[in-house]
Amino acid sequence: MKSFTYSELNTTGIPYYGILAVLGIIASIGLVSAWHMEHSGHYVTGMTNQVVWGLPHVFAVFLIVSASGALNVASIGSVFGRLAYKPLARLSGLLAIALLVGGLSVLLLDLGRPDRLIVAMTHYNFKSIFAWNIFLYTGFIAIAAIYLWTLMDRSIKSLSFYAGIAMFIWRLALTTGTGLIFGFLVAREAYDAALLAPLFIAMSFAFGLAIFILVLIGISAADNRPLGNYIVQRMGNLMVIFIASNLYFITIQHLTGLYAAEHTEFETFLLTSGSIYTWQFWIVQIGMGCFLPLIILMRPQKSLSRSSVIVSSVLVIIGGLAQLYVIIIGGQAYPLILFPGMIEESSFFDGVINNYVPSFPELGLGIGGIAISAILVVIGTKILRFLPVSLADSEMDPNNKPLETEPTK
Amino acid sequence: MTISPERRRFLSQAASLAAGVTIAPGVTLYGVAEAKPDNMAVTEKVRWGMLVDTNKCSDGCNDCVTACNDENGLKGHGRPQTDAQWIRKVNLKDPRTGVKKTLPVMCQHCSEPPCVDVCPTGASFKRKDGIVLVNKHTCIGCRYCMLACPYKARSFIHETLTDQKPDVPRGKGTVESCTFCVHRVDNDLQPACVEACSKTNKALIFGDMNDPNSKLSRALEKYPTGRIRADLGTDPGVRYKGL
Repeated sequence: MKSFTYSELNTTGIPYYGILAVLGIIASIGLVSAWHMEHSGHYVTGMTNQVVWGLPHVFAVFLIVSASGALNVASIGSVFGRLAYKPLARLSGLLAIALLVGGLSVLLLDLGRPDRLIVAMTHYNFKSIFAWNIFLYTGFIAIAAIYLWTLMDRSIKSLSFYAGIAMFIWRLALTTGTGLIFGFLVAREAYDAALLAPLFIAMSFAFGLAIFILVLIGISAADNRPLGNYIVQRMGNLMVIFIASNLYFITIQHLTGLYAAEHTEFETFLLTSGSIYTWQFWIVQIGMGCFLPLIILMRPQKSLSRSSVIVSSVLVIIGGLAQLYVIIIGGQAYPLILFPGMIEESSFFDGVINNYVPSFPELGLGIGGIAISAILVVIGTKILRFLPVSLADSEMDPNNKPLETEPTK
Repeated sequence: MTISPERRRFLSQAASLAAGVTIAPGVTLYGVAEAKPDNMAVTEKVRWGMLVDTNKCSDGCNDCVTACNDENGLKGHGRPQTDAQWIRKVNLKDPRTGVKKTLPVMCQHCSEPPCVDVCPTGASFKRKDGIVLVNKHTCIGCRYCMLACPYKARSFIHETLTDQKPDVPRGKGTVESCTFCVHRVDNDLQPACVEACSKTNKALIFGDMNDPNSKLSRALEKYPTGRIRADLGTDPGVRYKGL
């Protein structure tokens, strides 16, 4: 097998610290937002007693789900033996840890009592899927770190296959656990479905790969590292499968809802009511997030261009955020039905579509989480050898030339 | 014939006992004799519950809600979407027949509470006597219980609180809900909503569901009652007559 050389980030001085400073400012906005929310109380946000999870949770779940997806690139190399992906494994592991830490930061800072982190770490209710997730998240970081160690320490390199398998199984468990946070909500029309577990896994594949592609292309360009079209095209083609998987599970999710009379009203609300969630679902999640990237990636062309892959990745991320907005906030906007078949009315907003307007502190916190992830990647790649010196086609492509045709056709 | 003092005492005590056995069940209808003494831990021999007679609950009456707010120190901040509500009046209308109902909804104190299942730290818990509470010291404010509760019974405290009631500790950033006025029940008193309703419509009966002689148990035996979202199998401690 061909061996690759890795190196730390070449960028130094003002450009490097400039990027860190910008990211630091964004992360600080997140921290200030969190402080404002905790100091004043959550009434300063758009979240209410009706929509109890808001924009921070959209960002947090997006980052957490993407973390396991970003790790998938490593799994394809280590577990499934695709040689082209092996040089990407280190960055994949680092990005996975960074995204998870960013997502968990948002989740933690949105708590009503983030100062009680120690309570969350010392008091467990093992019947709670939320408590299981605390183990899944911390375990994920630990196993990803061990996996990176096996990749970077030549003396234990032979163990990387086994670490990779453990990592692959763990990441599936993690995304399953995240999906089931919603799937186990038996009383809610929008959730209460085991299907949310595989849906979240499909989402993670697509979102994680999209983020990985953008990070890889971004760092390679900024750090003047050769990046050939071969690997970019392969990832673009892989993206087609992941988007299609996501679309498949979305279809089954809503077909199931439409079939069962008890869920029909919710599906009607979501799919046809003309609410903000209807538009987000059809235009952003399905149109921009699924169909448009599929068209861009699969359209007849001589070879898949890098810009097509970049645009598709951006669209998948935008569609992904919309998908989680629809799932998390749309699902709560629809009222909890206490008395099926009756018209309900009360001072506590029974029976009405709940209003939610995201606030700046929530947006600040969410974007702050992304900045925290980015800072970890920028620092990580600077101090350790995560990045292959060259991913040029001469290194990557067994035929030593760009793909002339698309494998997907 | 002379009667010895011992025999006289025995006869009078026996008569008192017989009278007591006869009258006591009736008397206990009005008391909370099942409440534990102060020095005794709560026991699962008791299961506190409530019956709401929706036929007696009148439209426009909000006495139970007002009493709850006064007892527990719940004050609005002029922000209905974030203000806490432990009990609320829900108005129902059958869209086909037009028949209307009004009834109070609060924490249903389920024997299988979803809020307790999902709480990551175990802050949501059920006492042995069936009262579902939130431990204000270990609630981290994740609000997952609010998503899980089928009855929309919980509120998150969205702002700093002042002038709290000494018996009802609350705190910004934590979740709360109806406690069945546990501080009153543990002192042989009825929940505030029940006491308030007893002065007007008498639509609420509170008591021990495990005591076959309690007024609640006898009412539950006598009338068909329903549970909100019975399909979920949460076995609520609050039953509704005429639903």
